Amino acid sequence: MNRYSAILFTIALAIVAAAAMVPLLVGSYHVALGISLLSYTVLATAWALFSGPTRYISLATVAFFGIGAYTVGALGEALPWWLVLGIAAVIGVAVALVVGLSTLRLSGMYFVIFTFGLSELIRQVVTWYEVNVHRSVGRYVFVDVTQNAIYWQLLALTVLVFVTGWLIGRSRLGLALRVIGEDETVARHCGIDTTRAKLALFAVSALFTTLTGAIMAPRWTYIDPAIAFNPMISFQVVIMALLGGAGRLFGPLLGVVPLVFLFEFLSANFPNFYSILLGLAFILIVYVVPNGIAAIIEGRWKGFGRRAEAVP
Amino acid sequence: MTALLEVTAARKAFGGLVAVNDLGFAVARGEILGLIGPNGSGKTTMLNLISGALRCDAGDIRFKGHAIGRLPSHRIARLGIGRTFQLVRVLTAMTCRENVIAGLAFRRSPLWGAAAVEHAGALLARVGLEDKARLTADQLTYIDQKRLELARALALEPDLLLLDEWLAGLNPSELNAGIALVRSLRADGLTIILVEHVMDAIRSLCNRCIVMNAGRKIAEGPAAGVLAEREVVRAYLGEADA
Repeated sequence: MNRYSAILFTIALAIVAAAAMVPLLVGSYHVALGISLLSYTVLATAWALFSGPTRYISLATVAFFGIGAYTVGALGEALPWWLVLGIAAVIGVAVALVVGLSTLRLSGMYFVIFTFGLSELIRQVVTWYEVNVHRSVGRYVFVDVTQNAIYWQLLALTVLVFVTGWLIGRSRLGLALRVIGEDETVARHCGIDTTRAKLALFAVSALFTTLTGAIMAPRWTYIDPAIAFNPMISFQVVIMALLGGAGRLFGPLLGVVPLVFLFEFLSANFPNFYSILLGLAFILIVYVVPNGIAAIIEGRWKGFGRRAEAVP
Repeated sequence: MTALLEVTAARKAFGGLVAVNDLGFAVARGEILGLIGPNGSGKTTMLNLISGALRCDAGDIRFKGHAIGRLPSHRIARLGIGRTFQLVRVLTAMTCRENVIAGLAFRRSPLWGAAAVEHAGALLARVGLEDKARLTADQLTYIDQKRLELARALALEPDLLLLDEWLAGLNPSELNAGIALVRSLRADGLTIILVEHVMDAIRSLCNRCIVMNAGRKIAEGPAAGVLAEREVVRAYLGEADA
């Protein structure tokens, strides 16, 4: 490890240690805010792991998030917590593989619409099951997991998603995904099995999304399909990742922080106009920062770099 | 000697338009085969059939004895067929080095890490881009993008290289350099199918030519001979000149 990466590693470790101390130092409101920040960080980063390089806009976030939450709703009381998380992860990955195999041949608008349809389909299937088999639309989630434990688990998941993203970025899989995002035909003619590469990343992304849903489930105490499969979650994750910049590992984080505070502010002060203001915020972001904050920062940085390189 | 590539009765239609019609030919190891004909005669479609970008409606394509007509293009690439595109397709947001590594990292015997960087440097030098390894591909001129595309195709360590109008749009001195480069590839043992309109290149490079018109083969033989054939002249220039 060279000196530069040693410094970065130390800083990252310090940030994680400081973040881990937060629940011990602040009240429950701030821990709740921290949970929001962490959960959206995992969701947006996991989304960008797949959608960033491939440029396939997925609206399936909530499908996997809901699967995670419902696994906890169904099994949370019967099985140990870690086992429930494991089962949720397996289900999420399995669904991602099945769905991915059948849909990753689609691209562009068709993929967007399909993923949105998928989320709705899963919500309807769960609703049907709950009404006709379980005989109740909602479920109570009585799991002995404290708010602080949720925070720490999400923090661990955040670290994991960044480490995973970093490793993928340095791997052949990461290069394959970038080539696919630039030109899928060229990718295939380079020997890249594009379907398999997309499928692998789609499953990794779904794994983190499902686990976030599972870890978040005890927060609600009560879940029903409208809560666990709320399409707004998918939209928010996309807009956060796009605002920050989906092309870089830390890009989505730059979108998550301001938007979590904005959403918090809007829902606290204008509860009746929340959706309208949210829509306006989305439009504004797409118009003003189409390439994301990370690209703006990087553009400035590169600007300096190029001027420096121009001097022989 | 067995042929490296054998195409038998290949056919491909797009709706009512038969782009490749009952086409058969063979390519021997180490030769440069010219695939020529007027625009729209089916040359690029034939390359797309060989490289797996399209699938034949009928017929058979065999490469090193493997039937590749039904294989996806990434498997064909790994078997050792590299190609360039008529409209140059480089990965514009990636550096030249990364463009070449994209060809090295997923081939039959993949290269990664320091070995890939070193080999990419050698391939860039081979096509004359050694100074531009760190530039993104969108910063290159059109000609350099073509060179980069060739380096990426060579990165696959192909036995067969498909060049789709790779020499088009070059000025005379670039053309000479381009012809010399292609010739040096053959000297290294590569087999090449050259789709080209530049007659000087065809005459000086191709061992044999196949002339296509409206999806069919209308002539085959040494370049000088086929270019003089009456039907070939008619296909290119019309009845009055034939």
